[in-house]
Amino acid sequence: MGRYVARRLLLTIPVLLGASFLIFAMVYALPGDPIRALGGDRPLSPAVVAQLREEFNLNDPLVVQYVKYLGDLIQGDLGTDFRGREVLDTISQRLPVTIKLTVVAILIETVIGIVAGVLAGIRRNGFLDNLVLVSSTIVVSVPILVLAFVGQYVLGLQFGWFPVSGINEGWYSYLLPGLVLAAGSLAYVARLTRTSVAENMRADYVRTARAKGLPRRTVILRHTLRNSLIPVVTFIGADIGTLMGGAIVTESVFNLPGVGRAIFDSVRAQEGAVVVGIVTLLVFFFVFFNLVVDVLYAVLDPRIRYD
Amino acid sequence: MTRPDLSKATAPVPADGRPVLEVDDLHVEFRTRSGVVHAVNGVSYSLTQGETLAILGESGSGKSVSAQAIMGILDSPPAVITGGGIWFEGTDLLTQPEEEQRKVRGPGISMIFQDALSSLNPVYSVGFQIGEMFRAHRGMSKKDARKRAIELMDRVRIPAAARRVDDFPHQFSGGMRQRVMIAMAIALDPRILIADEPTTALDVTVQAQVMDLLKDLQAETGMGLILITHDLGVVNEVADNVAVMYAGEIVERGTVDDVFTRPAHPYTDGLMSSVPQVEAKGGRLQPIVGQPPNLARIPSGCPFHPRCSRRRLGAEAAPGRECSTDVPPLRLVVPGREAACHYSEEVLGVRAQ
Repeated sequence: MGRYVARRLLLTIPVLLGASFLIFAMVYALPGDPIRALGGDRPLSPAVVAQLREEFNLNDPLVVQYVKYLGDLIQGDLGTDFRGREVLDTISQRLPVTIKLTVVAILIETVIGIVAGVLAGIRRNGFLDNLVLVSSTIVVSVPILVLAFVGQYVLGLQFGWFPVSGINEGWYSYLLPGLVLAAGSLAYVARLTRTSVAENMRADYVRTARAKGLPRRTVILRHTLRNSLIPVVTFIGADIGTLMGGAIVTESVFNLPGVGRAIFDSVRAQEGAVVVGIVTLLVFFFVFFNLVVDVLYAVLDPRIRYD
Repeated sequence: MTRPDLSKATAPVPADGRPVLEVDDLHVEFRTRSGVVHAVNGVSYSLTQGETLAILGESGSGKSVSAQAIMGILDSPPAVITGGGIWFEGTDLLTQPEEEQRKVRGPGISMIFQDALSSLNPVYSVGFQIGEMFRAHRGMSKKDARKRAIELMDRVRIPAAARRVDDFPHQFSGGMRQRVMIAMAIALDPRILIADEPTTALDVTVQAQVMDLLKDLQAETGMGLILITHDLGVVNEVADNVAVMYAGEIVERGTVDDVFTRPAHPYTDGLMSSVPQVEAKGGRLQPIVGQPPNLARIPSGCPFHPRCSRRRLGAEAAPGRECSTDVPPLRLVVPGREAACHYSEEVLGVRAQ
C-alpha cells in the first residue's frame, strides 16, 4: 500500500507539469494586452510598458516564458502579479476561505445525502423514496445562481437566519454558501446512495444477515451501507476537487474572497502567474483526492488490494 | 438401502415424537406488477428432534420460498404470506411480532444457503461474521466472540482455524466457505437447521464432505435438519423422510426408502426414471415431458396433469377424479405414505381399495 501511494504521488509530477503548461499556454493565447489594460483610462507611457514587458518576460516566446516560470517555481518563487503582489500571498489569503467553504459543503452533502439515500433505499418506492426523488430532481434542475440568490434572499434577508455576505462570522458565515454549493451534489449523493442501497438490500449476504437474526439496524448499517458506499465515495472524492475550483458563482454571490473569485479576476486581467499558480494547485488537490478515494476503496472492500 | 441412523441414536435429547416445527397449510404469494404468483399453496409438514426431512423439487416448486417463509426472511413486498401457520415449539411464529421472530433466527431456526460466496458479506472477515451470532444474540464482547468463532471453525473442520479467522470469504475455497456458513448457522445450537441446496455449488467430492459434516453435527446436537435439494443422491444418502414438491404443493411424502423404491405419485415416479442407473447402462433415460408450470397460471385440477402420462380425462376418469378438473388432495395411500394423486394406488401397483 505504501509503495502504491508513493508511486501515485510521483505520477502527479508529470500531471502537474502538463496541466501548468496547458494553463500557461491558454492565458498566453488570450486576446488583448494585460500591460496596456493596467493603466485603465490613463495610458501608460511606452517606456513603462516596455519596462514591464521586460520584467514579466512578456517579450519571450511561450516556451521560454514557461521555462523561466518553472525555474522560479523550483526556487519556491511563484512570481508576482503585475502590481507586484506575491502570488503566494494571494493563495495563502484566498485558499483558507475556499477550503472552509468546501469542507462545509462536503460535510453537508455527505451527511444529508447519505442519510436521505439510505432512508429512500431501504423502502424503495415508499414515501421517503419519492420525496427524495422529487426534491433532488428539483434541486438538480435549478441553476446554482438562482439557488444562491433565492437562498440569500429568503434564508438570509427574509428570515435573517444566516449572514448574507462576507466571512465576518467565522464558520457560521459559510453555512448558507456551503448549503447552496452542496445542493446539486447533495441531490446526486442521495440518488447514488439510494440506488446502491436498494440494490444491495437484495444481495444474498443481506438475506444471510437477516437469517442470522441480526437487528434491522445492524443489517442495514453494517451489512448494506458499507458495501453500498463505494460509488458514493468515488463521487464525493471527485467532488471535493470540483467544489474547490468551481465555487466562483457562490463566492461571488455571497462575497467570499476565495480562490474561485481570484481565478475569475486574474483571468480577466490576464495575470498569467496568478492563474497558473492557483489552477495548478487545484489540479494537485484534484489528483490528491482521487488518490485518497482509491486508498479508501481498499479500506471499504478488502477484496481490493494495491501493491 | 439401510444406513446407520446416527442422528437418532446419539441425539442428546431423545426424539419424543413431538414435532419441533409444524408448518400448517402455508400459502405464499408474490404480488408482482404482472400478476400474482402462487409460490406456495397449502404446504404442511412437521419435523421432530433429530429428524432429517428432505424437500425435493425442481426450481420454482416452492421449496426455497417455504423455507424462507419459515425463517421470516421473505422479501416483502412482493412476497406475502396469505395463510397458514408456522408453529415452532408451540408458538405460531406468524402471529409473533418481528422482534420475537428475529430472536428465533439463530438460536431456534438457522439456515444455510446455496452459494456461500455471495451469501457471505465480502467486506467482513469470516471470524467477524461468525462472531456476530454471539454478539447479537448473547451480547458477547468482540474478543470473546472471535474466540468462539475459532472454536466453531475448528468444529466444522476448517484447517488452521486460529490463523484463518481474520481472513475474508474470497480467500477461502468453495467447500471451506460453505463450512464457514455452517459454522455460522450452528453457532447458537439451533433446534432446526434449514439447508437450502447446501452442496449444489460444490464439486462432487466436496459435496460428500459437506454432507458428512452436516450429518455429524446433527448427530452431536440432535437438531432437526430440513434439506432442500433437487439432488436425489443426496436425499437418498442422508434423509429420513422426503416431501416431494410440485407447483407449490407437496405431492408425495413418506420415508426416503419407500418413496424412492415405490413412488406413489406419477411426478415422483418420473423423477426416479430420469435418474441414470448403473445397471441400466446404455438405455435411454425417460425425462418428464413438458415444462414446469407457470406459477402465475397453475393448471386446473391436478397441477401435474398436463405432463402426466397416467392422466385420465373425461370419460376415462372415475367419478370425481377427473385429472384436469378435480384437485387431488394429499391423502394417505398406504400407511406412512401420502400422495396427491387420484390414482396413486395404480402408480404404487397395489390394487385400489
